[in-house]
Amino acid sequence: MDLFLDGLMNALTPENLLYAVIGVLLGTAVGVLPGIGPAMTLALLFPITYTVPVDSALIMFAGIYYGGMYGGSTTSILLNTPGESSSVVTAIEGNQMAKRGRAAQALATAAIGSFVAGTIATALLVLFAPKVSSAVVQLGAPSYFAILLLALVAVSAVLGSSKMRGFIALFLGLAIALVGTSTGQARLTFGSPLLADGIDVVVVAVAIFAIGEALWVAAHLRRRPLQVIPVGRPWMDRKDWGRSWKPWLRGTAFGFPFGALPAGGAEVPTFLSYITERRLTKHPEEFGKGAIEGVAGPEAANNASAAGTMVPLLAIGLPTTATAAIMLNAIQSYGIQPGPQLFDNEPALVWTLLASLFVANTLLLVLNLPLAPIWAKLLRVPRPYLYAGILFFASLGAYSVSFEPFDLALLLVLGFLGVAMRRFGLPVLPLIVGVILGPSLENQLTQALALSGGDVSTLWSEPVAKVVYAVLVLALVAMAVAAVRGRAARRGASSVEKEEVSA
Amino acid sequence: MSTTTETTTGPEGPRVVDRAQYGLAAFLAVVGVVVVVDATGLRPGFADQPVQPSFLPYVVGTALVVLAVTLAVATARGNVAEPEGGEDVDLTEPSDWFTVAKLAGVFLANVLLVDTLGWAITGALLFAGCAWALGSRTLLKDVAIGAALSLITWYGFYVGLGLPIPAGILDGVL
Repeated sequence: MDLFLDGLMNALTPENLLYAVIGVLLGTAVGVLPGIGPAMTLALLFPITYTVPVDSALIMFAGIYYGGMYGGSTTSILLNTPGESSSVVTAIEGNQMAKRGRAAQALATAAIGSFVAGTIATALLVLFAPKVSSAVVQLGAPSYFAILLLALVAVSAVLGSSKMRGFIALFLGLAIALVGTSTGQARLTFGSPLLADGIDVVVVAVAIFAIGEALWVAAHLRRRPLQVIPVGRPWMDRKDWGRSWKPWLRGTAFGFPFGALPAGGAEVPTFLSYITERRLTKHPEEFGKGAIEGVAGPEAANNASAAGTMVPLLAIGLPTTATAAIMLNAIQSYGIQPGPQLFDNEPALVWTLLASLFVANTLLLVLNLPLAPIWAKLLRVPRPYLYAGILFFASLGAYSVSFEPFDLALLLVLGFLGVAMRRFGLPVLPLIVGVILGPSLENQLTQALALSGGDVSTLWSEPVAKVVYAVLVLALVAMAVAAVRGRAARRGASSVEKEEVSA
Repeated sequence: MSTTTETTTGPEGPRVVDRAQYGLAAFLAVVGVVVVVDATGLRPGFADQPVQPSFLPYVVGTALVVLAVTLAVATARGNVAEPEGGEDVDLTEPSDWFTVAKLAGVFLANVLLVDTLGWAITGALLFAGCAWALGSRTLLKDVAIGAALSLITWYGFYVGLGLPIPAGILDGVL
């Protein structure tokens, strides 16, 4: 508790409070703006990690993360096309509410629900992260290697609908991670000294998120602008409160654990929350036509999962979302390794960060209720300026890594890879996680085998590693069975049809 | 971020083959082969290196080739990619690759000129050029906004972050 209070004091210094305000405002703005999300923003803001102290930078990044989660809901309520996949569900009921003149109530239940869920989930984070961390700290390299493998497989296979596409993205990411001389020999540098240090994660992330997105949108830019529903200051009456508070709590209960899982993310819990609310509601006739429960639950789930994501990030050093992956890279760029030792080595930093999450959450509520009409105006930004701006800041971000035009050329090449990924439906997260975790994977394997003198059986010598491999094998078997069954079902269907045709 | 799903055309509809996916498969195969070939050229590691530097490249390269074959087979069987949507994305219209080419041209100009002209100038041109490629027709205003952005970021980096961005021909002026 003392540690937490110290952290809170540090988070509330004027300077850090300023970074939190900037982060929350910036995060909400980019969450609202189409084509740009929190992960891209963190990648673009990477240059600040060169000079800003680590606690201030992390406070700002955390504000952007929470703000982005909230801002996405404004877009999906006021426009009928959700930007982030985590707010797809919010759009269903939220946009219907807005069309029926209840945009203010939809935004209010989203904002207050995000605050309630964020606060509870952050409290859970404060409780759990140190426990997870002290359990993980006992683990040796073999277990750590197994967990890394499980995380990579989970991120590629569980999220998204196509396992094949997930693995394609993952291995492309791992291939990018190979470039460089980290093992003492030049791998995939093609003799170029410019590639000797490897390809900077910032360049990869900016290229895939920002350049890829801007070029992809440019190829498909909507000719007729979308209709934005105007809104005043968000508010709710007693009846709305009565219908919202239970969905908030249930949404939090879904969001936090899924966020903390290696393959969690926000999509599954928001969807589960929506189904649950539709089943439990006393107003089933309103569902599909703007039921407030359908906004309150998923929005709470969404924010709670963001807090849940911080558990594996801080305690194990495992990112489970793209935004968390960039945060991990930011922390590493300060020479700090997130993971089990973090709580012992950097207690002041960790507790300041945790306390700042509460601060960010409160700021979000205080700022966003009155600012909602301004956020709605952001949706009308002329698209040429929006995407030209994204390309401008993406170039600046990549250029500032080492002021090499070569990095800009690399940015364009990888940007085209980002376009291709969007064209072919390849998920972005496995690639980014592959780039970031690829080197750790090799390090942990090396470390484990170095201790055992090259004896491979050391990899499954620890109980945790055994359990993880068992889970991994079960998951792979389940996937194979599902694939075979799906194929058999399809073949059955087609043979039935052939019989009908011949008869 | 990505809301993608894929659909396999059922037996009832005419089988659609997403030919462009063969291109992706070929790309994966090439990357995989390059990774493996590059790994064969590595010297054996040191005695204290239990994991050879070539180990992971072999795994990754092989996996990429296997995935390339899998993708090609799936494509032939009618597996179709579902492109990613978004607020500003209209997938009902055909792709406008000409705009993308114009953007890439503007971007490339920045790559070639940034060393000589400096960010303060090329950044402004980058913004104005991209806005123009995306359909803005107020060139003077766009250049003005671009110049403001590039100057603010140049001084922001210099004063705020202590990072002097190379000034190019404006060295001494800024």
